[in-house]
Amino acid sequence: MDNMSSHEIVVQAIDLSKRFGTFTAVDGATFGVNHGEIFGLVGPNGAGKSTLIKMLTTLLPVTSGRASIAGFDVERQAADVRRHIGYVPQLLSADGQLTGYQNLLLSARLYGVPISERKTRITRALEGMGLSEVADRLVQHYSGGMIRRLEIAQSLLHRPAVLFLDEPTVGLDPVARRAVWDHVRLIRTRLKTTIVMTSHYMDEVDQQCDRMALIDRGRIAAIGTPSELKEKAGTGATLDDVFVQLTSGTAELEGNYRDVERARLAAREHG
Amino acid sequence: MLNVPDSPPASTDEPRFIDRTFGYATQVFAVVAVELQKLEHDPMELLSRAIQPALWLLLFGEVMAKVRGLSSGNLQYLDFLSAGILAQSVLFVAIFNGISTIWERDLGILHRYLASPAPRSALVIGKSLSGSVRALSQAVIVYALALIIGVDIRLDPLAVLGVVALITLGACLFSTVSLIIACLVKTRERFMGIGQVLTMPVFFASNAIYPLDLMPLWLRTISSLNPLTYEVDGLRALMLVGGQSVYGLTIDFAVLFGIFAVLIGVAAKMYSRMGF
Repeated sequence: MDNMSSHEIVVQAIDLSKRFGTFTAVDGATFGVNHGEIFGLVGPNGAGKSTLIKMLTTLLPVTSGRASIAGFDVERQAADVRRHIGYVPQLLSADGQLTGYQNLLLSARLYGVPISERKTRITRALEGMGLSEVADRLVQHYSGGMIRRLEIAQSLLHRPAVLFLDEPTVGLDPVARRAVWDHVRLIRTRLKTTIVMTSHYMDEVDQQCDRMALIDRGRIAAIGTPSELKEKAGTGATLDDVFVQLTSGTAELEGNYRDVERARLAAREHG
Repeated sequence: MLNVPDSPPASTDEPRFIDRTFGYATQVFAVVAVELQKLEHDPMELLSRAIQPALWLLLFGEVMAKVRGLSSGNLQYLDFLSAGILAQSVLFVAIFNGISTIWERDLGILHRYLASPAPRSALVIGKSLSGSVRALSQAVIVYALALIIGVDIRLDPLAVLGVVALITLGACLFSTVSLIIACLVKTRERFMGIGQVLTMPVFFASNAIYPLDLMPLWLRTISSLNPLTYEVDGLRALMLVGGQSVYGLTIDFAVLFGIFAVLIGVAAKMYSRMGF
């Protein structure tokens, strides 16, 4: 999407819903993400953030409504959507039994990066993420932050228009978190990649995101820049206050056993 | 508010047929390469798999060879058995191949594959071929064992090539069965249970350790529907000096290939839903 103007909407969801049986995980989400933006999806555990991302990345079929990425419909043009996105799931997606280089090579092959460019792009990706020295080490010996950076590098090799990051810093210590964010910001500046991320660290969202949507029980409760949302909540309010005001307050009860299991698993794998 | 174009843009410029084919092959190879790289990092795994065929050939085979009533055509029983044990080790390696997919799903690695633009069939074929990489390394071990115990093995290049092709095809087939099971059960415990329940009937209801002529009619009928029977049948002809195929090699290959092709279609559908 080289000819994309800076005001173009790259990610669009219109009345997007996902139901599992009688349970509605995402309920009529409508929003747009502008080219080059870092857009945050925020909400309590089980609010529907990951489900929303999975629909946008074609991993889950849509129940109703529609969504498009770089102009391609997620349902009807799934393969085109996949070519234009990078996705870093919440759980571990780099293979621990391979080296960092081999993980990148796998992505390059799956995404059809031309042979002539593979080596250069992989070498640059390793340099860009500060992983050159550990390129030939098995990923199971990497630290959590290094694995995350490798996963981000893997998702960028094909130069996607949009990068989806699902809880990119879950289970990381503050130093590793900062390193991940430094690299994400660098990607945005250098490659002009649009970034859609989820997080439940409010401080991160406040610092990193240009705009954000607060999701509660599958619905978008508020949308805007972090400062707009804070203003609405009252003078001196923090995003945490916004979060408490706008979510149903029963949030804590919402995370089920599987969410906890997944979060802990992710924390263990990346920690 | 938001305006969505009614007609979405056409797919990105359609690459030429040859580029598409090459791209598809690269995506298949990407999956196989991962398997090769892992085996390179941990070669011990292959050696540990040699124990089972060794037990069958050295213990079971040596004793059963002395049973007089066991007529195995013009072949010595040990020769007859070695082709069956080769097929069996292919089956056993392949039928548990799908567990890696469950493992990848639990960890999250599966999403790396599913979020990629690679056609699901390319991923599934790659997974199947990965199973055959392991199966072929088993074959080397069975060949070595068979030579040691004096089995009369055909070593002409054409025969060896035929064996490689047949093992690859058989392993692909059973790996795909395994992948389908993995997609159905989704947990390691259930997968192991079903894998174990499945292997023995498939093994015993085939011509692997006794000839079809000895079976009662009902078992012979079941056996003729069992892909392992065709695998063993073809292997006997290609592997052994004086070995003969009951069905003919063309039928053996055609049956295995036909079943494999159908299974790939089923597995590709199911694999794409594995990430839910």
